[in-house]
Amino acid sequence: MAEFSTPTTEQQFAENFAQLKPVMNRTEALYESSRCLFCFDAPCIKACPSGIDIPQFIRQINSGNDTGAARTIYEANYFGNACGKVCPTEVLCEGACVYNLQEVKPIEIGRLQSFATTKVIKSGEKLFGPGADNGKKVAVIGAGPAGISAACELRSLGYGVDVFEAKAQPSGLTVYGVAPYKITNEETLAEMAYLQAQFGYNVHFNSAISSRKELEKLEDKYDAIFLGIGLGKTNELGLPGEDKINCTGAVEFIAELRQHQHKVAVGRKVIVLGGGNTAMDAASESSRLGAENVILAYRRAKEEMGAYEFEYDLAKGVGVKGLFNVAPVEITGNGYVAGVKFIRTETKDGKVSEIAGSEFVEPCDMVIKATGQAKQTEFLNLIPGLKLDGKGRIIADAHTGQTSNPKYFASGDAWNGGAEVVNAAAEAKLTARGIHAYLSK
Amino acid sequence: MPDLSINFAGIKSPNPFWLASAPPTNSGYQVMKAFDAGWGGAVWKTLGVPVVNVSSRYGGVNYRDKRLVGFNNIELISDRPLSHNLREIEEVKKRFPNHAVIASLMVQSRQEWHDIVRQSQDAGADGFELNFGCPHGMCERGMGSAVGQEPKVLQMIVEWVMEVAQKPVIVKLTPNISDITEPAMAARRGGADAISLINTIQSIVGVDLDKFAPYPIVDGKGTNGGYCGPAVKPIALNMVKNCAQHPDIKLPISGIGGIENWRDAVEHILLGASSVQVCTAVMHFGFGIIREMTSGLEQYMVEKGFQTIDEMVGKALPNVLHWEDLNMKYKVTANINEDKCIGCQLCYTACEDGAHQAIRLNAGTRVPEIIEENCVGCNLCSLVCPVEQCITMEQTDSGTEHLTWKERTEAGTAPTEFEDEKAGGRHHWVPEPSAALGKERHKTLPGKARIINGETTVPAEA
Ligand SMILES: Cc1cc2nc3c(=O)[nH]c(=O)nc-3n(C[C@H](O)[C@H](O)[C@H](O)COP(=O)(O)OP(=O)(O)OC[C@H]3O[C@@H](n4cnc5c(N)ncnc54)[C@H](O)[C@@H]3O)c2cc1C
Ligand SMILES: Cc1cc2nc3c(=O)[nH]c(=O)nc-3n(C[C@H](O)[C@H](O)[C@H](O)COP(=O)(O)O)c2cc1C
Ligand code: SF4
Ligand code: SF4
Ligand code: SF4
Repeated sequence: MAEFSTPTTEQQFAENFAQLKPVMNRTEALYESSRCLFCFDAPCIKACPSGIDIPQFIRQINSGNDTGAARTIYEANYFGNACGKVCPTEVLCEGACVYNLQEVKPIEIGRLQSFATTKVIKSGEKLFGPGADNGKKVAVIGAGPAGISAACELRSLGYGVDVFEAKAQPSGLTVYGVAPYKITNEETLAEMAYLQAQFGYNVHFNSAISSRKELEKLEDKYDAIFLGIGLGKTNELGLPGEDKINCTGAVEFIAELRQHQHKVAVGRKVIVLGGGNTAMDAASESSRLGAENVILAYRRAKEEMGAYEFEYDLAKGVGVKGLFNVAPVEITGNGYVAGVKFIRTETKDGKVSEIAGSEFVEPCDMVIKATGQAKQTEFLNLIPGLKLDGKGRIIADAHTGQTSNPKYFASGDAWNGGAEVVNAAAEAKLTARGIHAYLSK
Repeated sequence: MPDLSINFAGIKSPNPFWLASAPPTNSGYQVMKAFDAGWGGAVWKTLGVPVVNVSSRYGGVNYRDKRLVGFNNIELISDRPLSHNLREIEEVKKRFPNHAVIASLMVQSRQEWHDIVRQSQDAGADGFELNFGCPHGMCERGMGSAVGQEPKVLQMIVEWVMEVAQKPVIVKLTPNISDITEPAMAARRGGADAISLINTIQSIVGVDLDKFAPYPIVDGKGTNGGYCGPAVKPIALNMVKNCAQHPDIKLPISGIGGIENWRDAVEHILLGASSVQVCTAVMHFGFGIIREMTSGLEQYMVEKGFQTIDEMVGKALPNVLHWEDLNMKYKVTANINEDKCIGCQLCYTACEDGAHQAIRLNAGTRVPEIIEENCVGCNLCSLVCPVEQCITMEQTDSGTEHLTWKERTEAGTAPTEFEDEKAGGRHHWVPEPSAALGKERHKTLPGKARIINGETTVPAEA
C-alpha cells in the first residue's frame, strides 16, 4: 500500500504536501521566543550564512515588536520569509543552538523567522524603500534568490535595476525547485511581491538572455551586469535508454510539480537515481503523489550519501526504500520505461568499483534522475573574458562578487556551484555592495 | 506518617493550608468545594459595610511566557449581603466541623465591630481575622490599610473586638508600612491572639501603551491596586521573619504572600509561620493545587524527620542574622562544570558587564574560564547560568577563620582605608577604563553586509 493516495484536488495536494514548518501563531511564537537565552556572541548567528541577528529578532518577538523583528531579519536577508521555511536549519542556525548541548530541543529559529516576516508581508507594511536615484543602472540576469536580493540591495543604494528572467515567475528554484512541503507557491510569491512593492525594480519575465547580441545590448545600456543565473538542467547520465518515456530529470519533474501540483502524474513504481538532497526530495515527492513504491538507488553506501541525514529520514518516513551500492547501466523498456538495469558496486579505500556479473533489473514505470544540475557553460562562454573554474563555476571575488570581466558580477548557485537559498541571498547582498564600490570609484 | 494538623492560636485545622480572604472564599459553594478538595481552612472573603465594585478589576504581570508572576486587584470587600454570607458560614461549619472557618471582618464604629463579631460568632466561625490591610477603596473610607498604618487606631479597634470576641482573633497586617513590627506590636497590645501577613502591596502593575492608562483600566482610567502572587513572596518572607524574630510580639503568625506550592509554604513556616494562606495561586490554578501542596509537605517532613508542623516552625530563624554578624572570612568562588556547559556565555557577559570582570573567553572553545583571583564570589554567574548545577559556588577559604563586622568594630579594628581582599585594587585587578573600547568588536557582527570569509571550496578570487 502506498503511504499516500494520489491527490486529485488542490486540497488533497495540500494535505499530502502538508507544511513541515507551518507558520506559528502569536501564542506559539511567544512561548518559543521565551526559551531563547540571548546568548552572548551567539553561535546561531555564526551558523547563519546571512548572519541574521537571531537573539535580537527573537527578543523583539518576545517583547511584542514583531515589526522590528522582521526588520532585523530583512536587514540581513531579503529572502527572510522563504529562508525561515526552506533553510536546512538543522545544519545551520538550529544545529548550532546551544540547547543541543544539553539534549534540549533547539529554538525553532526558522519558524520564528517566518512568523515575524509573514506578519509584515500580510500587513504590507513597508520597512525599506529605494535610495535616492544615483543615475546609474544595473541589469540583473535571473530572478532567483541571488538576482532578487541583488536587485533589492542595489535599489536601496539608488541604482535603477532591470531584472531579466527566463521563466514566468520570480524567486528561481524557490518556486520551481524547493519541495512543496517546505513552502507554498503563495508564500513564495507573496514575499516577492512584498519586496518588489518596496524596492521598485523592474522584472521582465519570459525574457531569457541567450545570445551575444542581447548581452551586448545590456553591456551598452547598463553600468554593471549581475549574473544570478543559477544552474541548468539535470545532467545527462549517458546511459542507453535514457530517452525512454517517463525517464525524467529531477529538477524538471519538480518544476512541473511546483507549477501543476496534483495534475502531475507519477508512476506506480518509481526509481530515483542519486544520493543528494534533490534525490531525497524527488523520492519524497513521488511518494506523496501516490506512487506505490519508491526506490532510492545510490551508487555508494548509505553513509556516503551527500544528502543531509534529516532529508533521508524524511524520505524514509514517507515509505521510500533505499537501494545502495548499485550503479545504473541501462534504462530498459519498450518506448516506456520498464525498469533499470543495475550493477552492484563496492567501495574500497574510498573508490567505487563495479562487481562483475552482478547485473540485475529492477522493474519500474518511472525513473527520476537526480544526478546533479549542469552548469550553464554555453551561456557563460558568451561573456568576453569571463573565467570559470574546473567545475564550471564562475570565478569571482569572494567579497565583491566581481568576475574576471569587471563589468560582470556573480552570486548564488552559478558562483558557489549549488548551495541553498540563504547562501544566494547573502552572497548577492554582498555583491551588490561590491557593485556599488566598483561604480562609486 | 507525619501529622499535618495544626492548632493555630486555638483554631484547629487538618492541615496548615488555608485559603486567604479573597475571591476563592466568596461563597459557601467555593469554600465547601475547597474543603472537599483538601484545604484545611478558609478565611472568608471580608465581611463588612456595603460596597460597590467596579468592572475590570484585576491586572497581571507576565514574565515572558509566564502568566501572573504578579497579580493586582482593585476589588473591595465582599459585595454579597452579610446575611447570605453568615448563613453560608453556618452551613459550611455544619458540613465541615473539623475544618477552620475564619470570618474576615472590616467595619468602622465600635458598635459595628461588636455587631459583626457577634453575628459571625453565632454563625459558627472558628475565629476572626481583622482586615487592616486593603490598600485601595476601603482606606479612603478610614478602613483597611488606613487602620493598619496607624498603630494607635489599630490597637483601639482590636480592643473593641476583644470586648466581645469569644473566639481567637487574628490581625491581618498591611505591608504598606516601613516597619511591620509596629502594627504587629499594636495588635499584641490590643490583646489579639495572632497576626497574619501580608495583605497586598500598593502597586501599578503596568501601563497600557496605547491608552496611556494603568491596568486594570476602568473606562479609560485606572488606579493603584493591591499586588500579590509569586512576585511578593520575598517581601512577605522578610516581614514574617521580622515579626517572628521580634522579642516582644510572640504571637502565632499566619504566613501569606506568593505561596503557590509546598516549597513556598515550607519557606513561610521555616521563617515562623504556623499556618499559611493562599489566594493568587488558587485564582490562577484552582483548588486542585492543594494535592501537590500537601503531598510535597508530607514528603519533606518524612525526609527531614519532622513529626508535626510545630517542629518546623521558625527552624530557619536562628540562621537569619544581621549583616554585621556574618562571617567575612568565608569565601566562595565560581566553578564551571565544563561537561555541562552549553557555551551560551551568559555568565561571561553577566560578570563582565554586571559584576567583576572575573570570567574570560578563550580562543577555540565556548566554555568560559573563571579568573579565580578576580572572582569575589557574588553568585551572579551561577544565577544566570541556564544549566542546572553547571556553575557551582565552591568554598575556597580555609573554613577555620571567623570574623564579623561587629567583632571588628567591637575590637576597634574596623578599617580606616580600603583593604577588602576580595575587592578591586588588591589581588583583584580592575581593567583600565579605556580597555573597554572596542572590546565587543570580536563579537559576531550580525546583519547588514557581513563579510563572508572566502570558503575553501569556493573560488576566492579572479
Ligand atoms: C530540487 C531542489 C531542491 C532544493 N531545496 C532547497 C531547500 O529546501 N532549501 C534551500 O535553501 N535550497 C534548496 N535548493 C537550492 C536553492 O534552490 C538554490 O541554491 C537557490 O535557488 C539558488 O539561487 P540562485 O538565484 O543562485 O539560482 P536559481 O534559484 O536557480 O535562480 C536562477 C534564475 O535565473 C533564471 N535564469 C537562468 N538563466 C537565465 C538566462 N540566461 N536569462 C534569464 N534568466 C535566466 C532562472 O530561470 C532562474 O529563475 C534546492 C535546489 C533544488 C534543485
Ligand atoms: C482579588 C483579591 C481580593 C482580595 N480581597 C481581600 C479581602 O477582601 N480581604 C483581605 O483580607 N485580603 C484580600 N486580598 C488579599 C489576599 O488575601 C492575600 O493577602 C494576598 O493576595 C497575598 O496572598 P497571595 O500572594 O497568595 O495572593 C485580596 C486579594 C486579591 C487578589
Ligand atoms: S543559540 Fe539558541 S538560545 Fe542562544 S541565542 Fe541562538 S537561538 Fe537563542
Ligand atoms: S561569582 Fe560573581 S565575581 Fe565570581 S565569576 Fe561569578 S559573577 Fe564573577
Ligand atoms: S552560563 Fe553556564 S552554560 Fe552558559 S557559558 Fe556560562 S557556564 Fe556555560
